[in-house]
Amino acid sequence: MIDFFWSSIWPWIIWTPVLKTIQSLAILVPLLIMVAYIIYADRKIWAAVQLRRGPNVVGPWGLLQSFADMAKFLFKEPIIPSGSNKVLFLLAPLITAFVTLAVWAVVPVGAGWPADEGTSWVVANINVGILYVLAISSLEVYGIIIGGWASNSKYPFLSALRSAGQMISYEVSIGFVIVTVLLCVGSLNLTDIVMAQKSGLADWLGVPWLTVLNWFWLPLFPMFIVFFISALAETNRPPFDLPEAESELVAGFMVEYSSSLYMLFMLGEYLAITFMCAIITILFLGGWLPPMDVWFLNWVPGVIWFLLKVWVVFFMFAMVKAFVPRYRYDQLMRLGWKVFLPLSLFMVVAVASVLHFFDMAP
Amino acid sequence: MEGTDLFFYLFSALVILSGLMVVSARNPVHAVMFLIFAFINAAGIFLLLGAEFLAMTLVIVYVGAVAVLFLFVVMMLDIDFAEMRAGYMKYFPIGALIGFAVLAELIALFGAWKTKSGLNVVKAPMDPELAALTNTEALGRVLFTEYVFYFEAVGIILLTAMIGAIILTHRKNDRARRQNIADQVARTPEMSIEIRKVETGKGI
Repeated sequence: MIDFFWSSIWPWIIWTPVLKTIQSLAILVPLLIMVAYIIYADRKIWAAVQLRRGPNVVGPWGLLQSFADMAKFLFKEPIIPSGSNKVLFLLAPLITAFVTLAVWAVVPVGAGWPADEGTSWVVANINVGILYVLAISSLEVYGIIIGGWASNSKYPFLSALRSAGQMISYEVSIGFVIVTVLLCVGSLNLTDIVMAQKSGLADWLGVPWLTVLNWFWLPLFPMFIVFFISALAETNRPPFDLPEAESELVAGFMVEYSSSLYMLFMLGEYLAITFMCAIITILFLGGWLPPMDVWFLNWVPGVIWFLLKVWVVFFMFAMVKAFVPRYRYDQLMRLGWKVFLPLSLFMVVAVASVLHFFDMAP
Repeated sequence: MEGTDLFFYLFSALVILSGLMVVSARNPVHAVMFLIFAFINAAGIFLLLGAEFLAMTLVIVYVGAVAVLFLFVVMMLDIDFAEMRAGYMKYFPIGALIGFAVLAELIALFGAWKTKSGLNVVKAPMDPELAALTNTEALGRVLFTEYVFYFEAVGIILLTAMIGAIILTHRKNDRARRQNIADQVARTPEMSIEIRKVETGKGI
């Protein structure tokens, strides 16, 4: 029995967790640092649009502002309302933070080595990657509903219901947009989705060096816009920040939360936003692929391209926040169910028909 | 025993435990939470079986959609524990009877379960070989070729159920004031704002 343990279970039970822990830390630590600067960038861009300075006191140009905020949240006293359901009240922010971190397990951030073998820098290169993304992101809504309910106050509860309704509505159109991309790829693996954007429209147009045209944003153009707007709604970003409309509702379902619990919610929110930027990059902007087939651009590591694209998408998120007025709730629901759902359903049929009748299906 | 066996026992123990908690939890919201936990662990068992597509769909459909609706409904309830326990002894015999009946049926079913000998010989060879395909592809090939009519029939039944539910619950209310989006979009500043030059100190 002991021999057996040493020979078969021992290596498996030690090495797999150790390896996966190192890989997870390698993606999560840079990710969390990046999220700190994404928050900083969000505030700076918003300030620049409104001709303000934004955070500029802590550290040079205010670069350490997010870390100062984190320290402040951690040292404050967590207040748990006496009428609340304590276990669920504490569980809700944990679910949000856990789920938004766990989804990064399948995100390929850079080209593998050798580059053409369908490998990439990713913790878990599973063949149902996009389903994993959908499954884990469908859990995000629990942090919100549970948080709102466990607070035992009507305002967080009503706000949680609004927020949950919003997230579920836009998950539908996000699902259909992803289906159109999957139809063009023929695989559920995120690495394959990026690899499928290596060739395509640019070759037909006779400009094979202009690989930016290969990415799915152009062939599936309306879907790119639909996905971008749905991503805004899905992450409760302005102009769809109804659950926590700052000027009207204080903080929505997070009203009763304070200190580190509130920080976990905020962290989860920004992680979800960063993830949406990453998934837009992977689905529509070619992941880690360079925009042009030129030697010095090919020489730049894939991770750099990936990060650049994520930041560009986030810049769009931040600009939308700065200059688009907030939607009304009925307008939000109308947009999701009466505009995006029929449009994306139609596009699924259209893309499938084109791929079938022109014999282009992968 | 292999390493995956450890996880099988972990997941199945957690499924059974959380299943027990679903029926014994006093607070319905807690019961739904344990139900979600049971779903997630069941997805883990599917993963161990190599059925990754089913595992992910289980989480997407049951945890992401069905259990959210459960939570919505249950959270709206005004929970009164005293009232809930009032009829306990009255309903206990019927509940116990149904429980035992189902248990007896299950025992009878699995006790009499026999696989026909030589079934493997009858089984047609898979084309293409299942091992060469991913799970999703294999399911898709079967679902959209051999079983496509059943698949579509299921879709139509679900659609009918959805339409039926909407028709049954939707009450047309003539007094309700609705938003007309086309009117709102077509509105221009000229229609709502009139700019007048007002002399200082006079008013309109």
